Amino acid sequence: MKKSKFSLLFILTLVFSLILAACSGGGDDEASSDNNEGKGESKSAAKQELKILDSSEIPTMDTALAEGSTSFDYINNVGEGLYRLDLENKPVPAMAEGEPEINEDKTVFTFKLRDAKWSNGDPVTANDFVFAWRRAIDPKTASPYGPYMMGGKIKGAQEITDAAAAKKSYKLESLGVVAKDDKTLEVTLDKPIPYWEDLFAFPTFYPQQEKFVTEKGKDYASNKDNMLYNGPFVMTKWDGPTGTEWVLEKNENYWDKDSVKLDKLTFNVVKDSNAQATAFEAGEVDRTWKLSSDLVPQYEGDDRLVNELEKTTFWMKMNQQNEALKNVNIRRAIAQGFNKEDFAASILNNGSLPANGQMPAEFVTDPASGKDWREVNGDLIKFDAEAAKASWEKGLKELGETKLTLRYLGGDTETAKKSAEYFKNQLETNLPGLELKVESVPFAVRLERDNKQDYDLQEAGWGPDYRDPMSFSDLFVTGGGSNRMDYSNKEYDALIKKARTELGDKPEEYYKTLMEAEKILIEEDVAVAPIYQRNSATLTATKIKDIAVYDYGPDYSYKWAYVAEE
Amino acid sequence: MAKYLVKRVFYMVITLFIIASMTFFLMKLIPGSPFANANKLGPAQLEIMNEKYGLDQPVPVQYVKYLGNLVQGDLGVAFQFGNTPVSDLLVNRLGPSLQLGLQAMIFGSIIGILLGVIAALRQNTWIDYGSTFLAVIGKAIPNFVFAGLLQFFFALKLGWFPVLFWKGPEYTVLPTIALSMFPLAIAARFMRTEMIEILSSDYITLAKAKGANFFEVAFKHALRNALIPVITVLGPLTASLMTGSLVVEEIFGIPGIGEQFVKSIAVNDYNVIMGTNLVYAALFVVIILIVDILYGVIDPRIRVAGGKK
Repeated sequence: MKKSKFSLLFILTLVFSLILAACSGGGDDEASSDNNEGKGESKSAAKQELKILDSSEIPTMDTALAEGSTSFDYINNVGEGLYRLDLENKPVPAMAEGEPEINEDKTVFTFKLRDAKWSNGDPVTANDFVFAWRRAIDPKTASPYGPYMMGGKIKGAQEITDAAAAKKSYKLESLGVVAKDDKTLEVTLDKPIPYWEDLFAFPTFYPQQEKFVTEKGKDYASNKDNMLYNGPFVMTKWDGPTGTEWVLEKNENYWDKDSVKLDKLTFNVVKDSNAQATAFEAGEVDRTWKLSSDLVPQYEGDDRLVNELEKTTFWMKMNQQNEALKNVNIRRAIAQGFNKEDFAASILNNGSLPANGQMPAEFVTDPASGKDWREVNGDLIKFDAEAAKASWEKGLKELGETKLTLRYLGGDTETAKKSAEYFKNQLETNLPGLELKVESVPFAVRLERDNKQDYDLQEAGWGPDYRDPMSFSDLFVTGGGSNRMDYSNKEYDALIKKARTELGDKPEEYYKTLMEAEKILIEEDVAVAPIYQRNSATLTATKIKDIAVYDYGPDYSYKWAYVAEE
Repeated sequence: MAKYLVKRVFYMVITLFIIASMTFFLMKLIPGSPFANANKLGPAQLEIMNEKYGLDQPVPVQYVKYLGNLVQGDLGVAFQFGNTPVSDLLVNRLGPSLQLGLQAMIFGSIIGILLGVIAALRQNTWIDYGSTFLAVIGKAIPNFVFAGLLQFFFALKLGWFPVLFWKGPEYTVLPTIALSMFPLAIAARFMRTEMIEILSSDYITLAKAKGANFFEVAFKHALRNALIPVITVLGPLTASLMTGSLVVEEIFGIPGIGEQFVKSIAVNDYNVIMGTNLVYAALFVVIILIVDILYGVIDPRIRVAGGKK
């Protein structure tokens, strides 16, 4: 017995010294290999390889199940749909050979497919699209984005979803997509859609090979071997959704492989922004993911800091189930009562812009004037402390109150908490008699409370899924899924409906109508109080050129990216 | 001893069952949907998805189904990872966390115990003050600050170790040290206090009077007794270190389970919450058992199986 105690101590000591030995040995190796690498790099500066950090794992590579930007990102880099967004964010024919034939109603599209191959050498056929789209709408797949992207757009999609939910029979064959022959695809829409090119460039609409998917069954897209690729790159390392390192290499079977310059991209997941910046500084990686906003000011003026103005607008939703918020003067007072310029500059301090309308800047261009939407439709509600106070007093008088207590529902991130404090301070100062009770909750809880309309004021945001004003304009129609604040204006509803059903092929009128709708929504009704448009920034080595940055769907494409000689 | 173990294992299974049940019902009280894009989905599609994952059933029915699957070893799928089985997630992610936690625990407790012993033997000297200082620092500085500092100086400035990732022994050094500061501090403080108390007790005085030499007294007689409370504290701490540190894993880019555990709660990923929680609980009860057995090894007066009369 006595011996065992000492042997225990002995073993512990042994383990400990082993660890120490491993540490010191490994440390030396690392240092020396680092030096070698450094020398190697300076000799061949334009080696077409990149190391990039991402902030999250890839949840899925299955186009039917993908629902977030990380999935869309890599699906876009290893796959391709009928259309693809180019370097300038314009959809251009990809798997489709040239423009499709379109019928007079602009509802039936006939695409000719180009001679493209999957990474296993098989040709990409029209049936691959039919199969993938049906799979995405199939209620058995329970895809979140399939029905979201197809419902009300592709003929028959909404009917399939509704029938399945009502436990009635449905036919996947009724979906408006048909393979006329191996290389001809006919797509039927419910009604003309001005942004159809964007739609067909979206990852949900990429092809899948029926034979391969059926053969893999449950394992399809579960790792790099259980997938086929028809895009610029193939995955040569990816262990599945839990993997934190993956590698993309040039796809030699890609039809446009001459445009692809990078040979290899290695991605690693690092969630901490500070650690990402440290790795970047140490030269271990060429590019970070989007930095948390507190890091951005440190790199102000540094040419490695690359800014991206995201097309995401944040606003305060005002729940009109609350009697006070039913009053337009109260809503106007709140929307005018906080200093957005100061908020964007001092609280966010990352290049984000104050927002004075619903539509983000630099997102869509008015076809009549050729100018940015925001420039044409102007500032619809601005910070104005005096006007806010006047509206506030008027509103209180109409309500017969002298003071008000409102709940403010915000996120639980650091930025969200700081923002909430700022708004509380501003609004309580500028609107005498107001008390704001801040509630900070996780995202899922906020969605749930939005769903139940259990809030007075709520900070919420929206990013588009396609380049069209409708991506924002129809959010707050009566009974709409994003409304959930009891806002209702017949005139606004009618304008949206008109644009949607009658003006799909008349761009100038379409924009004019939707601009009018925005004026009603923000200027007249002050349904929501716009706050800011988000900017994000990465650290990117200056030698990297031509990474495509997208406003919706995927974030980045590396198809045209290359490493320049330095 | 065997009989004792069987009894303990039986109780462990009961404990795990109770924990699983409580977690299940508490988890269902968290508001919110497990679907990331719930706000974009129409009611028909939400219905289809809820049905697919059995979320349309009443909670007690879901509970019985979950337990049924659990008994068959099926932990369900992770919503946030495109329906990857939770077991895959645990298998792939648990390894690094276990290794990191164990290394930190071994390193921290050995250094901590040594510091505590030396401090007690050299009471009120600079060694004592130095080790106290270290212990206070270790406990007071949050490990994300410490991890950040280690990363900045030893990886970025000096280049001795890699900044990030988990690809070999050298990658584990900085995170191990960062994570070990807490057990180190605790072990050092407890050890010092215990040693001082024991060194002044009668049997030590007797041993000294009988002419036993200094090292024999310190390490053979005093250390053994002083270890008991230290092990009581460090045991459960081992479990929590081995199930992953959110902060250290995030800072060093380690593919561990810690971040998953926290994130799954925030996004209502029910099966992942259950799976990770069960693993955590299982580790915990196993370590408690090991601690109880260790008591007997260190101090024969403590008989886990009930002494023979």
